[in-house]
Amino acid sequence: MSLLLHLINQFRHTPGHGPWPRVTVDEATWRLAGEHLAVGRWSLLGLWGDADVVHAAVLEGDDMAVLSLDCVAGAFPSLSQYHAPALRLERTIRDLWGLEPQGLTDRRPWLDHGRWVDDDPIHRGGGATTTDTEYRFLAAEGESLHEIPVGPVHAGIIEPGHFRFSANGETVVRLEARLGYVHKGIERLMAGSDLERASMLAGRCSGDSTVAYALAFARATEAAAGLEAPARAHWLRALMAELERLANHLGDIGAICNDAAFALMHTNCGILRERVLRAAYDCFGHRLMRDRIVPGGVTVDIDARREEATRALIVEIERRFPALIELYDNTASLQDRTVGTGILNHQLAKQYAAGGYVGRASGRDFDARRIPGYSPYADLEFSIPVLDQGDVNARVWIRIREIEQSLAILTQLLDGLPPGAVRTNLPRRGGEGLALVEGFRGDVLVWLRLAEDATVRRCHLRDPSWFQWPLLEAAIEGNIVADFPLCNKSFNCSYSGHDL
Amino acid sequence: MRRLLFNSVVRAPLTEPAPPADDAALAELAASVERNARRRLGRSLAIREVDAGSCNGCELEIHALNNAFYDLERFGIRFVASPRHADVLLVTGPVTKNMRTALTRTYAATPEPKWVVAVGDCAFDGGVFAASYAVDSGVSSLLPVDLHIRGCPPSPEQLLRGLLTLLQTSARSERRQP
Repeated sequence: MSLLLHLINQFRHTPGHGPWPRVTVDEATWRLAGEHLAVGRWSLLGLWGDADVVHAAVLEGDDMAVLSLDCVAGAFPSLSQYHAPALRLERTIRDLWGLEPQGLTDRRPWLDHGRWVDDDPIHRGGGATTTDTEYRFLAAEGESLHEIPVGPVHAGIIEPGHFRFSANGETVVRLEARLGYVHKGIERLMAGSDLERASMLAGRCSGDSTVAYALAFARATEAAAGLEAPARAHWLRALMAELERLANHLGDIGAICNDAAFALMHTNCGILRERVLRAAYDCFGHRLMRDRIVPGGVTVDIDARREEATRALIVEIERRFPALIELYDNTASLQDRTVGTGILNHQLAKQYAAGGYVGRASGRDFDARRIPGYSPYADLEFSIPVLDQGDVNARVWIRIREIEQSLAILTQLLDGLPPGAVRTNLPRRGGEGLALVEGFRGDVLVWLRLAEDATVRRCHLRDPSWFQWPLLEAAIEGNIVADFPLCNKSFNCSYSGHDL
Repeated sequence: MRRLLFNSVVRAPLTEPAPPADDAALAELAASVERNARRRLGRSLAIREVDAGSCNGCELEIHALNNAFYDLERFGIRFVASPRHADVLLVTGPVTKNMRTALTRTYAATPEPKWVVAVGDCAFDGGVFAASYAVDSGVSSLLPVDLHIRGCPPSPEQLLRGLLTLLQTSARSERRQP
């Protein structure tokens, strides 16, 4: 038995929480959890606020659990004093819930930029937010250092965020990101929403991962309501999820090469990406497949003609993609930019439980489709590529290999698509559910509590970027400023998914 | 090998001057956009994109305008890196309160004549995010908007159609007074 299971069995499991247990622990155990996280025995999957409670989702091996702590007098012992990856999450809890992490080493606001003047974010007891709109970046001191401020409005068509470089000549000494510009207050909008509206909101946390978010939300809802979606729905969901992965990976590979001024790859990958989106439209009626996955199943079924659109897509990509891989691999000027650039070491990837290609390119063998795993992936044959180099090149190769795996998965899904209904009605009942789903970027976590009338009482959505953004700052250190776009694109973290 | 790839891109263009018959709407749109762009702006329209709180869905489709299928640049419409170079601000998102200042400054940095196009359902009126403590109710709550392109997100074809509408409108009306 894992240490985690042993520990949580000492406490009463919260009834109606599924599929993994949630226990309310005492302060000493909360601190102990911080120590287990610090030594790497556990991984932190999420940390979020609630009404006078904080919750932490942790993983040990393939055991998962949610630990909850009642906040006496609005405070709780900071986990980040043991485990640095919790830091921004705790600053956020402070911003949105007014709960005080005791021992917090960085007391600057994070999502709160001092602009929500008339309103109370979620549960902070009313009143104005921080009035100190001046944000102090961490200082880097030394001879001939200079600062380069970038953003929030960037030169390209990308999301807003601010990057503060401290550089010595061309070499980056420190990068610090400031995020929160696209904070939309999604979690408070969720509270009190019916499932239809809440599902739409979930699908709009990060547009490139709309399928992954809708899937995670649907699975968490089904876990809370004690319901299993029909088998055919699971397979169609996976079909959408793999198409989404395919489209994003193709777009990313092209964009990374484009940031190394190699437009030929960008053009060709862009063509394949467009073909995926068109196939998605033909199959599911929306290029990004938005609002197609809902609690209880999916809203659209596919017939033989639509199935053919996906098969034709697989044939087309299998025909075109190998030449692109070869082109990438044999272009010395491109390799010169990507190999050895922006190295993320394994230790940091493990400490931050970095998901997706960021973790897997740095030797962290984790994929939510395997652990904890969900239907229908147990019935499919696929491998999870892992590399050790941790550079831009490795993150490109993980994507290349995942495209190949996704193509193989898509064929299996089409061949084995079970017959039957694609949607069932949800029972009107309360409960709590947790889901971990593998989006293209990494694992998306959704936790929610349903009221008795099946409206959402509280929903937390954690983007994989929370544990990847800080690592970008580490990976860029010692690289030249001109390689930042390359490193940034190879991480491709979400701003919107992070800011919520 | 590279020659082969390069040829496959330039020799068999996916962007046909005469697009496939099943895509007549796009063809009509393409010809029309070109005619208007040339008349009003001498084949040049510079767009600065600003994300003011979008989920990034709109950005993905705006990106797609540059792929070989839509190839926006053949109309003389291009994306520029600075508002100083722009004729059009293409704004997405409901306008989060944390992006108000940046958006206002970007608008101020854009020289006259200028147009604002709000892209997406949430840029129209806040969409699903309306009523949140953290957002305004769409781009027009902060800036004078010349055109809304609806959709969640609008497809590249809808975006092209929207730019056509803008060109027709801007050709009729004179420049906006500061």
